Amino acid sequence: MIVSPSPHLHSPASTNSIMRDVVIALAPATVVMLLFYGWASLLVLAVACVGCVGLEYAIARWLMHKPELFNGWSAAVTGVLLALNLPPTTPWWVVVIGALVAIGVAKMSFGGLGQNLFNPAITARVFLLISFPVYMTNWDLTGGFINSVDAISGATPLSIIKEGLMSGMTLDEIMEVNGMNASSIIRDLGGSGGEISGLALVAGFIYLWIRKVVKPWIPLSILLTVALISGVFHAVNPEYFTGIEINIISGGMLLGALFMATDYVTSPSSKWGGVIFGVGIGVIVMMIRYFGSYPEGMSFAILIMNCFVPLINRAFHQKKYGRA
Amino acid sequence: MTETIIWTISVLTALGLLLSLVLFWVARKFRVEEDPRIDEIEKTLPGANCGGCGFAGCRAFADAAVKAGNLDANYCPVGGGEVMKKVAAILGCEVQEAAPRVAVVRCNGSCANRPKINEYGGARSCKVKAALYGGDTGCLFGCLGCGDCVAACQFGALSMDAETGLPVVDESKCTACGKCVAACPKRIIELRDKGPRGMRMYVSCTNKDKGPVARKACSAACIGCGICAKTCRHDAITVTDNVAYIDFSKCKLCRECEAVCPTGAIHGVNFPKPLDKEAVKQRIADRKKKEEENV
Amino acid sequence: MSKLTFSIGGIHPADSKLARDCKIEVLPLPPKVYVSMFQHLGAQAKPVVAVGDKVKAGQIIAEPGGFISAYVHSPVSGTVKAIGPRKDLAGFNVVHIEIDVEGDEWAEGIDLSPELVSAIPEDREFILDRIKMGGVVGLGGATFPTHVKLNPPPGKSADCLILNGTECEPYLTSDFRILLERTDEIVVGAAIMQKVLGGCKCVIGIEENKPEAITAVRASIKKLGFSNMNVAVLKKRYPQGGEKQLIDAVMHRQVKSGGLPIDVGAVVQNVGTSLAVYEAVQKNKPLVTNVMTFTGNIVPAERQRNYLFRIGMPLSFIAEQAGGVPEGTVKLVSGGPMMGKAIANFDAATVKGTSAILCLGEETRRHQETPCISCCRCADACPMGLEPFLLKKLYAVGDTAALEQNAVQDCIECGCCQYSCPAYVPLLDNIRMAKAQVMGIIRARNAKK
Repeated sequence: MIVSPSPHLHSPASTNSIMRDVVIALAPATVVMLLFYGWASLLVLAVACVGCVGLEYAIARWLMHKPELFNGWSAAVTGVLLALNLPPTTPWWVVVIGALVAIGVAKMSFGGLGQNLFNPAITARVFLLISFPVYMTNWDLTGGFINSVDAISGATPLSIIKEGLMSGMTLDEIMEVNGMNASSIIRDLGGSGGEISGLALVAGFIYLWIRKVVKPWIPLSILLTVALISGVFHAVNPEYFTGIEINIISGGMLLGALFMATDYVTSPSSKWGGVIFGVGIGVIVMMIRYFGSYPEGMSFAILIMNCFVPLINRAFHQKKYGRA
Repeated sequence: MTETIIWTISVLTALGLLLSLVLFWVARKFRVEEDPRIDEIEKTLPGANCGGCGFAGCRAFADAAVKAGNLDANYCPVGGGEVMKKVAAILGCEVQEAAPRVAVVRCNGSCANRPKINEYGGARSCKVKAALYGGDTGCLFGCLGCGDCVAACQFGALSMDAETGLPVVDESKCTACGKCVAACPKRIIELRDKGPRGMRMYVSCTNKDKGPVARKACSAACIGCGICAKTCRHDAITVTDNVAYIDFSKCKLCRECEAVCPTGAIHGVNFPKPLDKEAVKQRIADRKKKEEENV
Repeated sequence: MSKLTFSIGGIHPADSKLARDCKIEVLPLPPKVYVSMFQHLGAQAKPVVAVGDKVKAGQIIAEPGGFISAYVHSPVSGTVKAIGPRKDLAGFNVVHIEIDVEGDEWAEGIDLSPELVSAIPEDREFILDRIKMGGVVGLGGATFPTHVKLNPPPGKSADCLILNGTECEPYLTSDFRILLERTDEIVVGAAIMQKVLGGCKCVIGIEENKPEAITAVRASIKKLGFSNMNVAVLKKRYPQGGEKQLIDAVMHRQVKSGGLPIDVGAVVQNVGTSLAVYEAVQKNKPLVTNVMTFTGNIVPAERQRNYLFRIGMPLSFIAEQAGGVPEGTVKLVSGGPMMGKAIANFDAATVKGTSAILCLGEETRRHQETPCISCCRCADACPMGLEPFLLKKLYAVGDTAALEQNAVQDCIECGCCQYSCPAYVPLLDNIRMAKAQVMGIIRARNAKK
């Protein structure tokens, strides 16, 4: 007979089941990516997943000698998120470097699962963005199974607009020169896998919400902040500042807000802490988009706010019983 | 191009100079006057910050020693006599010699001696286990085997023996800091004098149950029969609450108690030769005979 | 009326009330009973009989060992065989009185007839004395002496007596059965306690998964004509039956940290206690019997039982009567699966507060602990609003000041955190240790003052 302290029951949830749910939630977006970008993106996905899972196993087993630190599903989440963050044309060796940075640097060097300060997939994306800007900002739409897009390659709408603004044009002029209009931006969104599949991402997030894996406070506060800031700025100067729709839907905003900022380990533990975290991300990303030199900025915003999580956790606590 | 290089170098140099001046000024301004002997003593100490001396760390030890001006309340068990002599030299005072000690595990309830009666399924911590129930063997007093002592030891001197399920002390590494003694919820670890050339005797059991109960739980338990106390010629053994205890300051290492113990609860360690039980028993019998004749 | 519940945390384990339709059966007497001197919170009771004495059922055999303590009565008639240490269900030695059972003769003045006595005595002191002399303790789990709880300190008075019929622990059905089979007695017991507390109102809290009990109690209140008493239907949620949670659910008041329910005008009593109060006051029958459940997910449906047992019966004897412990049992638990104690010694005797023998299968075996992923499910589940993951980390580094600041002493040990942790971290195991440590520090500090 076993003797142990109470409780003697356990809920069916486990770390594995949660991570599996996240992978399931990312599946629709992944399918969209495969449909639009074809075999090339499948290669990126495969390399990213195998790389992340394999590296985590290898590092936990042979470098840290703590095989219990390996969690396959958690590494797979990082792998899928990394793939969704990369253009389909990324050479396989760049993806491998990304996996190495995500798992080796951002995750395992901090002590593995649950110990990392920064979101592994974002750290890898930022590393690659700075190290290999050429691979990271170009993509090719020719390989897709569905090809509704006229352009065969180019830059993301946000970077086209940024470049235009830098050269002194107004928004309308940029739209005209590039043959863009409000609806074509949404239809012709280019970018990494995670940037073209807004609806699929939202569907996946709703699945996670229903399964009670995540709570909506962080994404809501990010999106509301972004909407508020872009709404106000756009109203003040529509010539220079982009509007709400384009800011919400492009530049990895949805992928970041729904799946990267909600990462358990690197987000605050309390509800109001999460709201502060989300507002912080929203403000930073809009400052980068409007006044910085990078057109997108979501990754940087999340990484910057990741730094503040321990501080936020100190300041915000759960509401306690009988201590009002 | 050259201009850029020159500018860069000169700006950086100027910045460096400026900041070093600031640092210099801050260091001067906020300097705390301290007795230099504190630093000196701290350097002499082992630097393990184990707290075995009763102070928060080596620095606190040094601080207290300098403040007191003597070493009456300070003794570093890790450094031992040699380090203490050096510390005394710095302070210019005397230090009392203390015999080196070592942690001794007073439980012999190996898996073979003490059968398991249930399986513990909680957190791997002796403290949690001790608070929960009587334990997974019939013995309420013995080692729980979750290794709190091993976790508490900063010197790597303790390890769990997989076969017996009991902690083993590596005498060469043990510094007698006492962390394991405090960590053990059953209080089975004791700091005892190391003894000449490491030779020492101890009762490897703390079971306070009556003989038959203790025996039933563990075949190597002290059953409090008192034969050892009767045999001892040096008054070193006392039996209280059904368990024998050897006072190491009185023990003369004759090993007679070990020979007469019916359950093998008394252990002698580091003796050059294995104990010849029969010979010792014969010796005791002869002596008793003589005594009777004298009477 | 809308369904009530508490405001912070909580979990929804499957309720598994497998023995809910089994009528209460009376157990036969074993050859020997072992009556523990430690069946209540507070000081151990002191035996007042000697070896060889003849005792009758219902006769006092031990008296309180302090202010917070209780009388203990013989559950059977027979001869005192021994008085001495015996192992309790955790394997610790506790003084027990061993009695050889010889028939079932009850002491003088105890009314064993089944007739309902609904006329409530007028004298408050008389009632309190009967409760005290009857050895009645809280049967909701804590076994706190009832006469102490019903006698609030001067300056404090009760607005509301909450009768706890939630039985929020999975598997347990004993409270449900007595609510169905002994409804009138429980309601009269509640009215007696109302009287003692100075005529405050009474709310009987029952969870929505027991509709039959809700109907029965409502009908009984109507029949007996008690006006100041009603039933509150509560949502099914664990730990609804926790004293502080129930007060929050029913009265929308929260007891301050370190405070008592009476500070917010509440007194919470279990329905089982109410039955014991009825028997002690109206029938002069002391607390020597109680109802327990023999259940578990691997116990076949036809072997699920609800038993009326006498205190002092060995657990193993009861299991034998139920056809033995089923094969495949890996853990035996006394009480519910969330807060009950694992049984280390199956020969231990039942005590006043015993509520169940649970036979749990493989799924109760704990999984290997994995790293915390900061999902905060523990914090969301904690009904006290604590952050168990943080408390565990603070305990590991031994920061008692921070532990106190983060209210580890408020923990009610309900197990919600450990239940919901997907990484299988033994949160409560550690927090319990931390709580004990901090409580010790707080007590020492208060003693100094």
